[in-house]
Amino acid sequence: MAITLSGDQSIPASPLSPRLTPAQAWGIALLAPYLLVFLAFVVYPVCYGLWLARAPSNYVALYNDPIFARAAVNTLIFLVIGINIKMLIALFLSGFFAVQRTWIKWLSVIFILPWAVPSIPTILSVRFMLNPEWGMINHLIFSLTGDDGPNWLNDPTVALTMAIGVHIWKSLPFWTLILITGRLAIAQDLFEAAEVDGASWWQKFRFITWPSMQTLYITCTLLSMIWTLGDFNSVYLLTGGGPADLTHVLSTLGIRYLRLDQLSLAMASIVCAMPFVLPLVYFMMKRLSR
Amino acid sequence: MKLPSLRDVATEARLLLIGIPVFLWTMIPIYHMFLFAISPKEDAFSGKLWPDHPTLHNFEIVFKQQHYFLRDFYVQFWNSTLIAAAVGALTLFIATAAAFSISRLKVPGGRMVLNLALFTYFIPAAFLAVPMYRTMGNYGLLNNHWALILAMVTIASPYAIWVLKQASDKLPVELDEAAVMDGATTLQIFRLVYLPLMMPSLVAIGTYAVLLAWNEYLYAFLLLSNDQEITLPVALGNFLAADDSPWELLMTTGFIYALPPAAVYYAFRRYMVGGLTAGAVKS
Repeated sequence: MAITLSGDQSIPASPLSPRLTPAQAWGIALLAPYLLVFLAFVVYPVCYGLWLARAPSNYVALYNDPIFARAAVNTLIFLVIGINIKMLIALFLSGFFAVQRTWIKWLSVIFILPWAVPSIPTILSVRFMLNPEWGMINHLIFSLTGDDGPNWLNDPTVALTMAIGVHIWKSLPFWTLILITGRLAIAQDLFEAAEVDGASWWQKFRFITWPSMQTLYITCTLLSMIWTLGDFNSVYLLTGGGPADLTHVLSTLGIRYLRLDQLSLAMASIVCAMPFVLPLVYFMMKRLSR
Repeated sequence: MKLPSLRDVATEARLLLIGIPVFLWTMIPIYHMFLFAISPKEDAFSGKLWPDHPTLHNFEIVFKQQHYFLRDFYVQFWNSTLIAAAVGALTLFIATAAAFSISRLKVPGGRMVLNLALFTYFIPAAFLAVPMYRTMGNYGLLNNHWALILAMVTIASPYAIWVLKQASDKLPVELDEAAVMDGATTLQIFRLVYLPLMMPSLVAIGTYAVLLAWNEYLYAFLLLSNDQEITLPVALGNFLAADDSPWELLMTTGFIYALPPAAVYYAFRRYMVGGLTAGAVKS
């Protein structure tokens, strides 16, 4: 096996040879900074965390903590309902933004904003809008109907729905952008031919758009699931896990245990998510490194 | 000029029926933040859609640090800037070196390192935060800017390596071969051939890392706590600690804090979109 700079066979070197070629030596040296970061800030923390969470009593404690069960259910709602709604809207909007109009082009520039600006001021802004006494939404409801609006963040179901809304607001632009690139890659003459044959928009979507975007769409949905599991801001900044710790998801729950100085419980709650996360990660790695 | 047909008008109306809600949905939280920033306290709490007396007074209070919560505004702004710049520079250095090594030098084990990096990319950030917090404590780095810088570099590098590796693979090998013929050393190839060709991707990745670090809240609030050391987002979070939070000042500071990333994003948008779509999902 020749390990060379560029696939050129003229500099033979056995991987077993004790002497490295200069290029190989440089290769290892240039890889070293990342390996150090990886060992110090991924391998060591993960191993240490797993070691802290090793005692079965942690899992018994989690099982008996109603907040954990609730957080697990909330996480599932977030993933199954929230993400599918988000991805369907993104798929729909990718079609809208693919239409050639000057004003749609300008709208697409504005549409990116939620993703480009930081979470904390915008999510806090939504939080104030939902304030039952002072918020803009209830003022609007009052001026239209004369009735007081609901206390948005006081009912766990409504509050969780709002958190999902915030999550969608924040990450919809990114996925729409990705799906637009997928859509633009479809050959336009297919649509023109369908047009000539008098196909309806649904038939065009069903037989041209969807088959060519299906794989991309599924990959995006799975990737979005992994990232949503790590979305701490949408829930924490909007509800803080409240009312009465009923809107926690696994990512805010871990941090909650951490703040209560129960690091082993925090780690254990994350370990519980692993049977779900690891197959997703495995699938994504296979898909990306083909 | 030809008059639009009825069908064209119907199409346009349908598009507007989608476009207007999309515009409102996107802009309302941002507009609400801006509205607070230009409203005197009374107007902000009255639920008006436009203040009776728009004012820049809130900006004056923030810039002159005339509130208890704003005592360290400039220090915190500087902390955010410094940390974002350090994360950008370090990530670029680490990721470019790794991508060059894996893609151009074809170092043995490079493929495995790339897979490890991808694996890290897929660990949800909030999950890694828990053990990382404790680890930073073990390293004695808590409340030190390095804790946040190194944490953000850890999170930014995998994606950076992945994107740069993809971009490197597209460069023709003949360039390296020609340089070797001319007697260039590995470092010279890196500096004189590789870096200039990679410039657009490096801009995208640098921007990505800077924005990631500037916008980060969770790691910043876990790893830093001293008022003099915290970044702006943590300071914004601390506004909520009071029962009587000065929301108009919170939103004004938030608005100021959101401007640099929005500006940076729009300045480098062309690079960003290409880089991101190339890296996030290979279609």
